[in-house]
Amino acid sequence: MSGLNVLFAGFGGQGILFTGKVMAYAALMEGKELSWLPSYGPEMRGGTANCSVCISDEKIGSPLVVNPDVLVAMTLPSLEKFENAVVPGGKIIIDSSIIDKKVERTDIDVIYLDASNIAEENGLKGAANMVILGRLFKECGFCSEENLDKGLQKSIPPKKANLLDSNRKAIRLGMES
Amino acid sequence: MSEKVLMKGNEAIAEAAIAAGCRHFFGYPITPQTEVAAYMSKRMPKVNGVYLQAESEVASINMVLGAAAAGVRVMTSTSSPGVSLMAEGISYIAGSDVPALIINVQRGGPGLGGIQPSQADYYQATKSTAHGDFHMIVFAPSTVQETVDLVAKAFDLGDKYRMPVMILSDGMLGQMMEPVELPEPKEVDNDSKEWAACGHKNQRKHNVVNSLYIDPATLEGLVKKRFERYAKVQAEEQMAEEYLVDDADIVLVAYGASARVSRSAVDMARKNGIKAGLIRPITLWPFPVDAIAKAAEHVPKFLTVEMSMGQMVDDVRLAVKCARPVEFYGRTGGMIPTPIEVYNKIVEMNGGEQ
Repeated sequence: MSGLNVLFAGFGGQGILFTGKVMAYAALMEGKELSWLPSYGPEMRGGTANCSVCISDEKIGSPLVVNPDVLVAMTLPSLEKFENAVVPGGKIIIDSSIIDKKVERTDIDVIYLDASNIAEENGLKGAANMVILGRLFKECGFCSEENLDKGLQKSIPPKKANLLDSNRKAIRLGMES
Repeated sequence: MSEKVLMKGNEAIAEAAIAAGCRHFFGYPITPQTEVAAYMSKRMPKVNGVYLQAESEVASINMVLGAAAAGVRVMTSTSSPGVSLMAEGISYIAGSDVPALIINVQRGGPGLGGIQPSQADYYQATKSTAHGDFHMIVFAPSTVQETVDLVAKAFDLGDKYRMPVMILSDGMLGQMMEPVELPEPKEVDNDSKEWAACGHKNQRKHNVVNSLYIDPATLEGLVKKRFERYAKVQAEEQMAEEYLVDDADIVLVAYGASARVSRSAVDMARKNGIKAGLIRPITLWPFPVDAIAKAAEHVPKFLTVEMSMGQMVDDVRLAVKCARPVEFYGRTGGMIPTPIEVYNKIVEMNGGEQ
């Protein structure tokens, strides 16, 4: 793997930025070059949120992912906004619990993951983002499993350490999906 | 050195300043800079420092002037419109020969503009910050790590030359996270500043920090003396990074965020058989004239890439003494150029289709 550019897109409160941060920290643990860039603006909870993560063996140039290798779409507007930007041969991971739409492009690999429902059925409401991260890990293998877990540990502040296990469980569900 | 952590550029600036011995921060919130102040508000009380949110940028910069006059390491941070409000105070700091660090996390302008990344404050930072004959040293980091490293250097050079120093960041560098190794905290000796107005305890003549000189001959003499120092800064403190310049047919000149984009474009060009290179100014004032003039001896064409309508491009043209064509590509208003856009411009300059 020489480089992986991922765009996480959804709305504020879904853990879009956090998901990117876990991935970025995992890449750091793996000894890779990386960048994490959030969209920022006046929007708050409920507004659009997206985040670019670049992982590479080489220095990262522009940290803004315009044409992602992988798009993670957690809302319909974000899918519609970015589906045509995905590179040919790339992937889209869609939270199909939230998004009904089917992607028409045939030159990319589309994964419909019932992430929100999987999370909720397992008592992990709100952890759809981590289910998706688990699946993203399974699809792209951007680090070792050990480093993914380290990345998660680094991303959760000590005060919230009680949330570590539920996030781990959600990632596991995604890996096994 | 400590282990690498992920930090936003804005937070890294604040932590690096504390590590460099800064214990005084005065500021006023503005996007996309607010994390600097927010981080300082949490950290300063823990290191016995002062964090103060003033009532405005005008008040902030004058508090900076006051602290600087007392000889302590002091800083403020703001974004583009905020620098305009601080302009008068920055001129007073320069005219008083005191060091201070000013961070500009640039956003789109003019006016209230937007809040997305921009580099449209180049002229303001390097040429026309405010009234009077003066300069600031201006650093333009392009990674979070470099931002951290330059914060320490900025304080050191400010103290050395007794002048204001600006770090010209932007919304992208401020908001993004990258791995960063933080420096070990440093003790600073504020007592060594013999000019500081910090209490003479009846042990010496009192110091005066002032920028008002009614007698024109006196003022001219002071300004000329100051410009002797500036000449030394220009001779000794230019910084630039060169990337694949030696055999290049086209050299891009870009700083900060647009240098990152340009580097990607250079790599694309090289993969497609075009010998492109990059000179990345790290100091914008003093402008790295020497590196660019040296490259102009063998590089036939230059391309300046900025997130503005073209400001630094003037300095590049001056540096090559108009002996080589210098073209420009830019986006503005908060738009970030993509590597492919810059690559297409390189192809066009190389004579068309690849």
